[in-house]
Amino acid sequence: MSEKLVIIGNGMAPGRMLEELFEKAPGAYDVTIFNAEPRVNYDRIMLSPVLSGEKSYEDIVIHDDAWYAKNGVTLLKGARVTEIDRERRIVTAADGRTASYDKLVIATGSTPIIIPVPGHQLPGVLAYRDLDDVDRMLEIARGGGRAIVIGGGLLGLEAAYGLKRQGMEVTVIHLMPTIMERQLDPPAAYMLKKALGDRGIDIITKANTKAILGTDKVEGIELDDGRIIPGDMVVMAVGIRPNTTLAHAAGLEVNRGIVVNDGMQTSDPQIYALGECAEHRGVCYGLVAPLYESARALADRLAGGSAEYLGSVTNTKLKVTGINLFSAGDFAEAPDREEIVLRDASAGVYKRLVLKDNRIVGTVLYGDTADGSWFFDLMKKGSDVSAMRDTLIFGQSFQGGAPLDPMAAVAALPDDAEICGCNGVCKGKITSTISGKGLTTLDEVRAHTKASASCGNCTGLVEQLMKLTLGDRYNPAAVTPMCGCTDLGHDDVRRLILAKGLKTIPAVMQELEWKTSCGCAKCRPALNYYLVCDWPDEYADDYQSRFINERVHANIQKDGTYSVVPRMWGGVTSAAELRAIADVVDKFQVPMVKVTGGQRIDLLGIQKEDLPAVWADLGKAGFVSGQAYAKGLRTVKTCVGSEWCRFGTQDSTGLGIRLEKFMWGSWTPAKLKLAVSGCPRNCAEATCKDIGVICVDSGFEIHFAGAAGLEIKGTEVLGMVKTEDEALEHIVALTQMYREQGRYLERIYKWAKRVGLDEIRRQIMDDAEKRKGYFDRFVFSQKFAQVDPWSERVSGKDKHEFKPLVVTGFSEAAE
Amino acid sequence: MTWVTIGRLEDIPVRGARCVNTPEGRIAVFRTADNEVFAMEDSCPHKRGPLSQGIVHGKSVTCPLHNWVISLESGAAQGADSGQVRTISVRNDNGTLLLELTELRVAAE
Ligand SMILES: Cc1cc2nc3c(=O)[nH]c(=O)nc-3n(C[C@H](O)[C@H](O)[C@H](O)COP(=O)(O)OP(=O)(O)OC[C@H]3O[C@@H](n4cnc5c(N)ncnc54)[C@H](O)[C@@H]3O)c2cc1C
Repeated sequence: MSEKLVIIGNGMAPGRMLEELFEKAPGAYDVTIFNAEPRVNYDRIMLSPVLSGEKSYEDIVIHDDAWYAKNGVTLLKGARVTEIDRERRIVTAADGRTASYDKLVIATGSTPIIIPVPGHQLPGVLAYRDLDDVDRMLEIARGGGRAIVIGGGLLGLEAAYGLKRQGMEVTVIHLMPTIMERQLDPPAAYMLKKALGDRGIDIITKANTKAILGTDKVEGIELDDGRIIPGDMVVMAVGIRPNTTLAHAAGLEVNRGIVVNDGMQTSDPQIYALGECAEHRGVCYGLVAPLYESARALADRLAGGSAEYLGSVTNTKLKVTGINLFSAGDFAEAPDREEIVLRDASAGVYKRLVLKDNRIVGTVLYGDTADGSWFFDLMKKGSDVSAMRDTLIFGQSFQGGAPLDPMAAVAALPDDAEICGCNGVCKGKITSTISGKGLTTLDEVRAHTKASASCGNCTGLVEQLMKLTLGDRYNPAAVTPMCGCTDLGHDDVRRLILAKGLKTIPAVMQELEWKTSCGCAKCRPALNYYLVCDWPDEYADDYQSRFINERVHANIQKDGTYSVVPRMWGGVTSAAELRAIADVVDKFQVPMVKVTGGQRIDLLGIQKEDLPAVWADLGKAGFVSGQAYAKGLRTVKTCVGSEWCRFGTQDSTGLGIRLEKFMWGSWTPAKLKLAVSGCPRNCAEATCKDIGVICVDSGFEIHFAGAAGLEIKGTEVLGMVKTEDEALEHIVALTQMYREQGRYLERIYKWAKRVGLDEIRRQIMDDAEKRKGYFDRFVFSQKFAQVDPWSERVSGKDKHEFKPLVVTGFSEAAE
Repeated sequence: MTWVTIGRLEDIPVRGARCVNTPEGRIAVFRTADNEVFAMEDSCPHKRGPLSQGIVHGKSVTCPLHNWVISLESGAAQGADSGQVRTISVRNDNGTLLLELTELRVAAE
């Protein structure tokens, strides 16, 4: 019979421990986990990208529900353990659930410190520790406003950056004279402070918080020197404390953390402690890499082995996009220490190594962190560096006199050198997985080893390892192929389609020597778009090569139902239209009606079988498809312009409607959203759209290449034109240029960055002949594109899409 | 073994799928470019996405929700993902398609 293993806390450390344990001794234990958080194990260190909007919660889940099921683990979500009964070997949670154990692991992590200044209990004072904290921050951030972050350490600065990305004004309050003083020396801290300042984050150092102000919610803070800083949220990121309450109450030996020996055992031999709550040889760790090392040792112990954890040396990286920072070890000055410094102000690079007895004891790298893992490795191993002292600071590639090939440098790393700090993956694991599993792409290596799958700082190193292992079979400098079916990139394929006059998907695959018989879900939709774009009159659209949304002209939702968005030209509607929508909602019991960001009405939760009937009713009221699902023209958002607004300079609504009526139905490489604002106050938010117009008294300023999704980017100005007709012609020409050159799924801002803004301005603004050519080709292709897909389907096209083949009951099946 | 007639080969688009609704859930029936026919539960092991709505390529289908690729032959998730869809036997008798539905009923019990 398997023994009963109970774990308190479901953080990153026990997650890793269980992976190792299941590999070493599958089935040895019946595992039950109590988790105070109501969810599975996720990558806590990636909360910052979730806060900044660069990742979603789904992206950072480490073990999904299926993983627990597969490994027979009982995960009790939202169960906070309140008592350990060591005599009876039973743990009890607040909600009354209990479990008895043969072996117990306490992995309760740590608790964020909240300084008990007056006002610290006001709503709006938050810690930064788990997903709930992030959700609360995002909720407040949605209202804009100002955030105050107390604490200029790693967590505080990441929180500040995330909140700034969410559109808040952010001030960081830090007690010490320089930020991240535990990891950075003053020069690096200075550079970091400047870089964060450039991103709009205000940092006040040497500042102590006296009180948090507000009556029923946070309104600001007061500093010791009397300064008052207004704010709608206060994030406290001033440190963490190992969470030892339970262990203490159970009478285990507790110091700062729960004291464990080299076998991770507490003072009760049946009970282990793991993660941030544990104290090993007097040290409590607060980073993942050392916790993962101790997790490995504990897994071995639980599997019957005798591994010993001997402690770790740690390093830190800051996860703020665009800032490269690496710090490890101790860099305080002392008489018996020497330092080597390299500065390159113009490149924004600062490197400092601290040596003692010819061994590296501290490293700070800012701007260029490529050699971080090499220095870290020399430091961990205590290698004597006297032989290469003179060139040491230039990094690994300069060792041995002449600059070394960087490949040789990576080749020289030992197998146990850590490449990915986030996931604790070493070189040997990466190279052996590449050869063992026959991996050839970076994505595969990420999927199988997790290396470079979290913060991505080590991507360059991983690519070098791939080159090393695969030789000529891996060439990161080459064009990225469209997909695994071909070696050609998108641009080559587009060029060859035209040059060779290829007009069907099979012809492309045959002539360009596709490696698969009928492509894949990546290349087929791309090829279908290229052919639709290049041969509008001759190519027969291949619906089986379109994603489901474009095949059924609605948006698939997570539960398999669809959403339907009728077109409302320029965002203008009427009583009759609204009545028709209301009738459809009643008749089909549409569960949710929502106004979209593009000024449309979205009907959600419609069964696929009902789609044609819904469209038929909408069609009777004059609606056509809003193409909210299309890689094509979606919406033209407008403000009320000179017709109503006292500030309006031109008829922005009219121009928006005109553009939409001209351009609807056109397919583009990726979705295309437009807006027209009637004055520079810009109520239609035209300056973050794919294409936007700002009306002014003297004419129309055309903008393009904005983004307001995963990335946020203001538009670039294409140029000024005087009349509405000219505005239309220029916008249409620009769209056609993008249609002809864009890679499938490449938004206009990425395309513009690739081909260059000046080149686009030259062709569209300055070259009347080119512009006319683009315009005419767009107009020609619209002849074939402007067919309402909904009314086609109401009249019976693609009937099979909306009906089951057959409906069968088992009784008849048995006959 | 109980074979139930569900329709004709040409009722399913080439490189496409249709559904069969049963009391135990929806079955997706796929037709490949080579006119081979496969059937499995219409539910991706990842987040229950309707596989019948995906793009069919070679002997695989890509789920419309998060792009998992499922082998039509084995029902197994391809590449680095792991998961399994229950496959159902399907027969093509000169263009008439038949499904083996007792398998499903047993599986569901
Ligand atoms: C925003 C942020 C960014 C970070 N960035 C980095 C980084 O870049 N690099 C790095 O190395 N580290 C980073 N860290 C630190 C790293 O996340 C932690 O070191 C690590 O997650 C600790 O793992 P753990 O398993 O010990 O504890 P945790 O992951 O904290 O898990 C403890 C779990 O136990 C639960 N629990 C507590 N008490 C009970 C109870 N009584 N009963 C049941 N459950 C309980 C908690 O709810 C929690 O879910 C970061 C941390 C945060 C918050």
